[in-house]
Amino acid sequence: MRVFVVWCPDWPVVAALWEAAGEPSVDGAEAGSADSPSRRPAAVFAANRVVACTATARELGVRRGMRRRDAQGRCPELRVLADAPDRDARAFEPVLAVLEELRPGVALLRPGLAALRSPGRYYGDEEATAAVVAERLVRAGVWDVRIGVADDLFTAEQAARLARPQECRVVPPGGARELLAELPVEVLDDADAVSLLRRLGIESLGQLAALPAPDVRARFGLAVARVHQVLDGVDAQRFAPRTPPPDLGAEVAFEPALDSAEAICFSARRTVERLVAGLTERRLVCTELCVEVRTEGEPPVLARTWLHPRWFSAADVLDRLRYQLAGQGAGQGVGLGTLGAAVTGVRFEPLTVVPEHVHAEGLWGGTDARVERGLARLQGMLGHDRVLQPVLQGGRTPAERQALVPWGQRPTGLRPVEPAWPGRILGPAPARVFPTPWPARVEDASGRPVLVDERGALSGEPVRLHVEDRWQPVVGWAGPWPAETAWWEPGAAQRGPVMRFQLVGADGRAWLITCLDGAWEAVAGYE
Amino acid sequence: MTIAPTSRADELAALRQRIARLERPGLAAAEAGVELVTHPALAPVLRLRAGGTYQVDSTTLALLLMAGPSRAGAWSALVGVDDLGAEAAAAWGVELSRTVVVPEPGEQWLEALAAVIDLAGLVVVRPPLLRGRRAPLAPSVAERLSARLRERSAALVVQGEWPRCTARLRLAEVAWHGVGHGEGLLDRRHAVVEVQRGSAPPVRVRLEGLGDAGLPVGVGRHGATPLRKAAG
Repeated sequence: MRVFVVWCPDWPVVAALWEAAGEPSVDGAEAGSADSPSRRPAAVFAANRVVACTATARELGVRRGMRRRDAQGRCPELRVLADAPDRDARAFEPVLAVLEELRPGVALLRPGLAALRSPGRYYGDEEATAAVVAERLVRAGVWDVRIGVADDLFTAEQAARLARPQECRVVPPGGARELLAELPVEVLDDADAVSLLRRLGIESLGQLAALPAPDVRARFGLAVARVHQVLDGVDAQRFAPRTPPPDLGAEVAFEPALDSAEAICFSARRTVERLVAGLTERRLVCTELCVEVRTEGEPPVLARTWLHPRWFSAADVLDRLRYQLAGQGAGQGVGLGTLGAAVTGVRFEPLTVVPEHVHAEGLWGGTDARVERGLARLQGMLGHDRVLQPVLQGGRTPAERQALVPWGQRPTGLRPVEPAWPGRILGPAPARVFPTPWPARVEDASGRPVLVDERGALSGEPVRLHVEDRWQPVVGWAGPWPAETAWWEPGAAQRGPVMRFQLVGADGRAWLITCLDGAWEAVAGYE
Repeated sequence: MTIAPTSRADELAALRQRIARLERPGLAAAEAGVELVTHPALAPVLRLRAGGTYQVDSTTLALLLMAGPSRAGAWSALVGVDDLGAEAAAAWGVELSRTVVVPEPGEQWLEALAAVIDLAGLVVVRPPLLRGRRAPLAPSVAERLSARLRERSAALVVQGEWPRCTARLRLAEVAWHGVGHGEGLLDRRHAVVEVQRGSAPPVRVRLEGLGDAGLPVGVGRHGATPLRKAAG
């Protein structure tokens, strides 16, 4: 069986530049021109070392494994990019999709390197096939692509590395040894084995091939032994092609375009039911969904991701579509229920699916379906973000320690409650936490406002407190507890720390009051 | 503070009653005034009943009334309450995962209230301010809501004015302990809850150590450290 290996050199840099530019540069000529980003020196760094760099940077002396300081010393205009293996894999996904269109059964070796079985004579001979592959990939925006064809994976990869951009190197059947014999031992992806071979005076794969197979296996391990087998003309390594992920999304197009939310939801109902039924057939449920609304106006596509605390039923999906359409109308200054622009289609894309048994209803607990439906109705009436659920999170002030999330949305980005937050106010939690602090006034016995300096010394003892539009005597007070908040923001150094006090009024109510720059505010009430 | 029934027999009886209610939803409508779980601190003076309207003067009392049904598995909702201290609520025993807040219902607050009465076993409402005053509600509207409460076996807790309440609860003689003049930390409070039904004289119950429910008090090492006392 013949193997094609497709190699996109310096993939981490290509992926990082794509991400920085927003999308692949589809125009090949532009990508090749002198001032395109891919022609300027750039390198991806992980832990301060070069992981990959562009050809331009390599010409200027930047090498893999080099420290950032050294790399920038050789090439001051070097663009520094962060390493992100996820991004590399994500960016390679479209490349795999292109290859899969040509020949199903593609194996991802690592981002930037993929193998596929030879499609035989379907596209002509091997060179013609490689030309088709290269052409399709260049059209998809990957302009530096090299292809190797051989009897086995290792040889094909080495052949691809020897090929020139957008060209292919075909190793004839049985010709692996001739190609490999000349290569240095560094092509083995095993630093320990390479170092050992060097020290033993073995410099090329040809010399390695001369060693007896059992000895190679015993001394250098399985990976080198496999290469040795290839050199002997025995191919052992097979690759497992990936199964393309099923397309779970669903789409509905409106002809002519619709401009009423009700009509859109009504027309999308069948599609949504089909989407949910399709998931159920695979014994999956969707917990994260992306709804894309295509309109005739600007912007042409409005996408929004929705999370569900349990999973989306057909009615839930339609509710989310309705909220999204309502939000869209509101955002463009049009009344609720009318849209800014006519909608030509809607696409539903499940982003996270999980096996349904994960969410199977337990015998006890869980959300009452009646409550869930009722709250969804209430959200339809008042607006999605006006029906909320309180959750606790970590923080220093009472307001920081809680959050209100719209009902039906999973809380994300919360600060952990544990371990205990240093600097929080201990004791009982206040029953009232004001969403926006109330202005307050605190005076001393002579009727002057109490001032607090940055070290927490007071100009006088608090005697009178003005809050909720009335004055009352202070019967007890504690503090100040200083809190440095957001000290990294500009102007924070002049501002100094927030001083926090607990004041008990004569009516028995207590307040948590802050003082910042002489301005007193009530942030919470104990009553 | 846990709301544990006193004995196994009581527990069984309570569960049987709950199952009966689940099996025959019509029953709840027929017999008005099904008893809800009351927080043990208030149990000597108050029995929370479905269909009742209870007026309170502080958020603490509202949370205290919420805690009983919420612990027992009911949903609770707050309408018009924009300053809920979630941490305090959780400390009193309110189950936050079964709590819904509509902080700003706006003009539609009555509709929102009617909708949550259908869902929750206990609803706290703060009627909106109208020109700086709590707007008085028409008695006919209150009566319709009351009928709805009876039908759904829910209770209403009102912070503000409301015509014809079942009982009015007031927090009196509040004394906070733990703070001095520049030292200490709010620790616990003693208070008296006055419950008044109609024109009868109020019934009083003393609450000791109110405010420390479930929360560690003064466990110092990680907390904020006070600076110096007042200079001058």
